[in-house]
Amino acid sequence: MSEKEVKNLEAIFEARIARDEKIEPKDWMPEKYRKTHIRQISQHAHSEIIGMLPEGNWITRAPSLRRKAALLAKVQDEAGHGLYLYSACETLGVSRDELYEQLHTGKAKYSSIFNYPTITWADMGAIGWLVDGAAIINQVPLCNTSYGPYARAMVRVCKEESFHQRQGYEIMLTLCNGTPEQKEMAQDALNRWWWPSLMMLGPTDAESVHTEQSMKWKLKRKTNDELRQQFIDQTVPQADILGITVPDPDLKWNEETGHYDFGEIDWDEFWQVVKGHGPCNKERMNARVGAWERGTWVRDAAMAYAEKQEKKKVSKAS
Amino acid sequence: MVNQNLYNYILGIGDNSLILGQRLGELCGHGPSLETDIAGTNISLDLIGQTRSYYQYAAKLSEKEITEDDIAFLRSEREYRNTLLVEQPNTHFGFVIARQYLFDVFHLLLLQELQHSKDDTLAAIAKKGIKEVSYHKRFSGDWIKRLGDGTEESNEKMQEAIDGLWRYTDELFEMTDADKEMVTEGIGVDLSKLKETYYQEVTELLTEATLQVPERKYFNYGGKKGVHTEHMGYLLADLQYMQRTYPNMQW
Amino acid sequence: MKKNWPLWEVFVRSKNGLEHRHFGSLHAADAEMALENARDVYTRRNEGVSIWVVESKHITASNPENNGEMFEPAQDKIYRHPTFYNLPDELKHM
Repeated sequence: MSEKEVKNLEAIFEARIARDEKIEPKDWMPEKYRKTHIRQISQHAHSEIIGMLPEGNWITRAPSLRRKAALLAKVQDEAGHGLYLYSACETLGVSRDELYEQLHTGKAKYSSIFNYPTITWADMGAIGWLVDGAAIINQVPLCNTSYGPYARAMVRVCKEESFHQRQGYEIMLTLCNGTPEQKEMAQDALNRWWWPSLMMLGPTDAESVHTEQSMKWKLKRKTNDELRQQFIDQTVPQADILGITVPDPDLKWNEETGHYDFGEIDWDEFWQVVKGHGPCNKERMNARVGAWERGTWVRDAAMAYAEKQEKKKVSKAS
Repeated sequence: MVNQNLYNYILGIGDNSLILGQRLGELCGHGPSLETDIAGTNISLDLIGQTRSYYQYAAKLSEKEITEDDIAFLRSEREYRNTLLVEQPNTHFGFVIARQYLFDVFHLLLLQELQHSKDDTLAAIAKKGIKEVSYHKRFSGDWIKRLGDGTEESNEKMQEAIDGLWRYTDELFEMTDADKEMVTEGIGVDLSKLKETYYQEVTELLTEATLQVPERKYFNYGGKKGVHTEHMGYLLADLQYMQRTYPNMQW
Repeated sequence: MKKNWPLWEVFVRSKNGLEHRHFGSLHAADAEMALENARDVYTRRNEGVSIWVVESKHITASNPENNGEMFEPAQDKIYRHPTFYNLPDELKHM
């Protein structure tokens, strides 16, 4: 294809997206579109399955049978969401095993929030409330993104996630209505998860390299800073209902803007965690790689069995 | 006046579901594939759901003001009545599958009888459980075949797991005093009558899976009397952690 | 041995009376496992009463590059639609 033809196809392609048409797997697409989507969708998928680990850490210790069942169901949903997203990614011509390979070798990134440890039961509340809260803000606009398989996966994810944040907030509420010790546990969890949750919405617009192109392809509808502001505005009143304090001395309602002003985010910490030096980066990766390697003989056996059965069927038929 | 035998009988059944559900819960996120993680969690959720039904019923029968969670979390190790089989650790995926299958076959036979219990609540719980457990058995049985008749390595590992867990199978059919009393009252299931069908069914599947059926005369017992293997204490340390560290709180 | 579980497409009938609809895909070593995985992955919120699975490689798809010749010729065959025919307003229910 000549350069001119490609330019022409690109123009038609961009126009389709601008008209809100969906792009489907076999449609022609610019290489950059494909690559960007593989990167974003797989990052999203990796985040879901790495995200199973910090919460999975508390399944065996959940304090009641009701909580245990809810937490199990939630972590299971995350596995499901990872699966939907890997499937969406595979429509772009990359296999799940290749994507795992990228994750396991550290080539692919996942949400840095999951590199923080879950050290008390209240962390299950804080993650559901804050982390899922921030995730929803990120994800809802993606239900209308331009790539069909991604948009459809996100519709399913968002529908299923609606219970996750409520589950977390209910845990927080129970703690805050409990003994002083329980309330302290809730406050401590908020203290530890607040800033990482704000960072989760991505670097500031000035630092963010992908925003403009992503906006055009509807991978993003709002900038990181807008999303962050939205998250803060909706979360602070929820903390008030719980009766616990957001750990930011500069947090203040601004009559003029109609938004909360907030303090400086420690971006050095953010980049440190992104670059692999957070409190649990190593542990998360070891857990994933370990599970995958321990599972090799199982996956191989299943394939070998399937092939034997197939041969038996063929020899019976002939 | 509570029927102490009935109370103990319900706990005996419920504890198996709780402890196996707990073991499967440990695996969530650590299995050989995303798909098997999701399947294992489903089984765990079914078992925890059954546990809640049994304990809620037991709590209602009790003279004391207790809840399902008191029963689940606040007993000493000697008071748990689960069989030794279900508390065995997730040594590797072969053990997970073997433990599951060896229990599922028994579990289904038990529930199929229990649904005819004179006790309406138990009969209803059993009826609901049959559908769940039929699926568990299908899942674990299919995996026994895949691993048994898969590769040489998987055959060895599967055999290792079957050999390792076989000694806990006979306990499934042990009749405690509560069991015997419940049978005479038409509430409980005569486990000794299930035994032949059980070993026949398991033998058939293992053979199909190209696995050896262990020849063994000696078995281990004790779980149903509260004398557990050394693994149990650690399992309970996890299970009870919150309730023990922060007593008398709502969660 | 290095062979990965192949990809399967999952179709679910959400209730009797409705058609099977494409729900998504998953990996499985064989058809039986694909069915079980589909049940656990796609119907855990009571979404289905029947499942079909088919290995993705068995699906033949039309090529969007041929969409012109494939689909556009149908656009102007408006006589296939009831509104093409002029009938008096008094005539109801036809």
